[in-house]
Amino acid sequence: MKKTLFDKVWDAHVVHQIEAGPDVLFIDRHMVHEVTSPVAFLGLKNRKIGVLYAQRTFATADHNTPTINQHLPVEDPLSANQLAALEKNAKEHNISYWGLGHEKNGIVHVVGPEYGITLPGATIVCGDSHTSTHGAFGAIAFGIGTSEVEMVLASQCIMQPKPKKMRITVDGALQKGVAPKDVALFIISQLSTSGATGYFVEYAGSTFRDMSMEGRMTVCNLSIEMGARGGMIAPDQKTFEYIQGREFTPKGNDWDTAMNYWSTLHTDEGAAFDKEFFFDGSSIEPMITFGTNPGMGIGIQKSIPQAENSGKATYEKSLNYMGFSQGDEMIGKKIDFVFLGSCTNGRIEDFRAFSEIVKGRKKADHVTAWLVPGSHQVRKAIENEGLLQILEEAGFELREPGCSACLAMNDDKIPAGKYAVSTSNRNFEGRQGPGARTLLASPIMAAAAAVTGQVTDPRTLL
Amino acid sequence: MLQSTAVPLPIENVDTDQIIPARFLKATERKGFGDNLFRDWRYNQDNTPKADFVLNNPTFSGKILVGGKNFGSGSSREHAAWAVYDYGFRCVVSSFFADIFKNNCLNIGVLPVQVSESFLSLIFDAIEKNPNTSMTVDLPNQTITLDEIGKHENFDINPYKKENLQNGYDDIDYLLNLKEQIKDFAQNRPF
Repeated sequence: MKKTLFDKVWDAHVVHQIEAGPDVLFIDRHMVHEVTSPVAFLGLKNRKIGVLYAQRTFATADHNTPTINQHLPVEDPLSANQLAALEKNAKEHNISYWGLGHEKNGIVHVVGPEYGITLPGATIVCGDSHTSTHGAFGAIAFGIGTSEVEMVLASQCIMQPKPKKMRITVDGALQKGVAPKDVALFIISQLSTSGATGYFVEYAGSTFRDMSMEGRMTVCNLSIEMGARGGMIAPDQKTFEYIQGREFTPKGNDWDTAMNYWSTLHTDEGAAFDKEFFFDGSSIEPMITFGTNPGMGIGIQKSIPQAENSGKATYEKSLNYMGFSQGDEMIGKKIDFVFLGSCTNGRIEDFRAFSEIVKGRKKADHVTAWLVPGSHQVRKAIENEGLLQILEEAGFELREPGCSACLAMNDDKIPAGKYAVSTSNRNFEGRQGPGARTLLASPIMAAAAAVTGQVTDPRTLL
Repeated sequence: MLQSTAVPLPIENVDTDQIIPARFLKATERKGFGDNLFRDWRYNQDNTPKADFVLNNPTFSGKILVGGKNFGSGSSREHAAWAVYDYGFRCVVSSFFADIFKNNCLNIGVLPVQVSESFLSLIFDAIEKNPNTSMTVDLPNQTITLDEIGKHENFDINPYKKENLQNGYDDIDYLLNLKEQIKDFAQNRPF
C-alpha cells in the first residue's frame, strides 16, 4: 500500500481506532504555555489525576510575557497570575519549565526546534494553533484546545478523526527579495483562509527543498491560516543536520535507529492525495496583506482588488477597518509601526534578512519598531553575529523574547488606527491591539518599510 | 433537542480574535468569558455598548448563534467556545466551520451545526423578516428546522461525538480506560 508522509506518521501513532469515531493518537511531545493550560491543570485536579508522561511535556512562558525589563516582576497582575500558575503547575507535575528569565525561555515554537524537542516522525501538540510550525521537520504537529490539553496531560493521547490529505507543490527558484513568508502568503491568497480546512498539508517541490529549516518553519507555521490543521515537509539531510546534537535529540545508537526510521519518511511514489495544488515559485512576488485575514494578500506591485459578488459586505467591512479602498496601490502607504518577531518570523534568519536591508540606512523617524527575538538563543545569535550593532547603528533596539505584538497580550499593543507592517501571522481586526491595522509581510519587507516609513517594494533596496 | 430564537451575525470569516480578543485570555479559571464575547464589536473603547451590534439589539435573542461562512477561524483558544457558551448560546449555525473551533465546541457542549449556503441564507432571511423566528435543532435526528415555515435540513456529526454530547460522556474518561494499552504503546515508541 502506497502511503503519504502524513499516513506513515499518523498510522504509526494510532493506539486505538474507535468505530465510526476518531482515532486515539499517541502524542510524543506536548508543549505547554501559560494561556491555554491553567484550566486543563485545574481539570486534572478536579478529577484527582496526574500527568501521565511528564517527561514528554515541556512548559515555557511566552504569550503574556513583557519584552522589556524581564528581570523585574511582571506588572500586569493578571499576566503575573497566569505565569505563576504555569510555574506552580509545572513544579507540581514535574514538568520541565522554562519560565521568564530562564536561558531556554522563548516562544514555544521557536524553542521546541532549538532544543531538539521537535523531531521527524513525531506527533507534537500544543494549545496553540501555530504548532503547525514543527511540521517543517516531518512531524505531525497541530494546535489543540484546552479540553484537549487536559486530555493529553492525562493520557498522552488525543482523539482525532484522521484529516484529509492535501499536497501543495511549488517548484522553481525564488526571486531575490522573495522570502519563505511570501511563498506562504501567496499560497494562502490563492487558497483563501478556509481553503485547506479539514486537510493536513504536505509541502513538496524544489522551492521548499531549497529553503533553510527556518524558512520551512515559516511556511508550516502559516498552514493554519488557510484552515489546515497542519503542514509538513519530508525530512532530508538539512533536517538531520539541523537537529543532530541538540539537547533532546537521540544520541549514539538511538540516533542511528532513529535515522533508519526517519529515512523512510517520505511520500511513496504514486500515493494518493485528496487534493493537490501546483504553483510556480519563480513567479511569486514579495507579498503584503491589505485586509483583515491572511488570505487578503497581494503582490507588492499590485493594487487592492475589487470585491467579488459573494462576500461583498464582509470585504467592504474589512477595507473600511483598514482605511483602504478598492483599487488603492499598496506601495507608498505611510506606516507607523514595524514588528519583527513571532513564531512565524522570530528566528535568526529573519533577523539576518532584516539587518541586511537596514545596514547602513536609518530607521524612519516617525516609525516605532519593535524587534523581538523568538528566544534567548536567537537573541544571543543576534549579538554574536554582529547583527545587534548593525541594528543599533540604524536606530533600532532589540527587545527580550516573547510572542509580543503578534497577539498583543502584553503591553506591546499597536494603538488604534495605526498601521503596522508586521512579520507575524494574523491581520485580524484588533489582533495587534484594539483598532490596530496590520499589514503582514516578510522580514525583508518589514525592514524596507522601517527605513522608508512607507510600504516599499524591498527589491528596490537590495 | 433545542428550540429557540436565534441571533444573526451575517459576517464571513469570523475569527476567534473577534469572538474573544487575546487580552481577555488571562484568567486561570473558566469563568466570565461571556462578558467579553465579541468584545470589540460589542463595545466602544470607552466600554459603552455599540448600538449597531447585534448582541446589543434587544430585538434579537436566543440560544442559537447564526454566523457567516468559515466561522471560528484563527487561534486554537478554547476561550472562544467558552465565551459563546457562557453568554448563553448552546448551538452555532454556519455554512462552514474552522476545525479547531468546531472541535472545541463539541468538547464543551456547544453544538456546531453546519448547513448549506442556501439554508443559511434562508435562516438569515427568515430572521430578518421576523426576529422571533424559532428554530428547532434535533440532535438525535440530526435535523435543523425553521419552525414557522417548516423547512428543515439534515446535519452531520461524528457518531462518537454525538453519543458523548447526548450522554454527557467525556473523552478523558474514555482515554483513562485505555491507560494500560497506552502505556504498552508508549514503551515501543523510539523517542
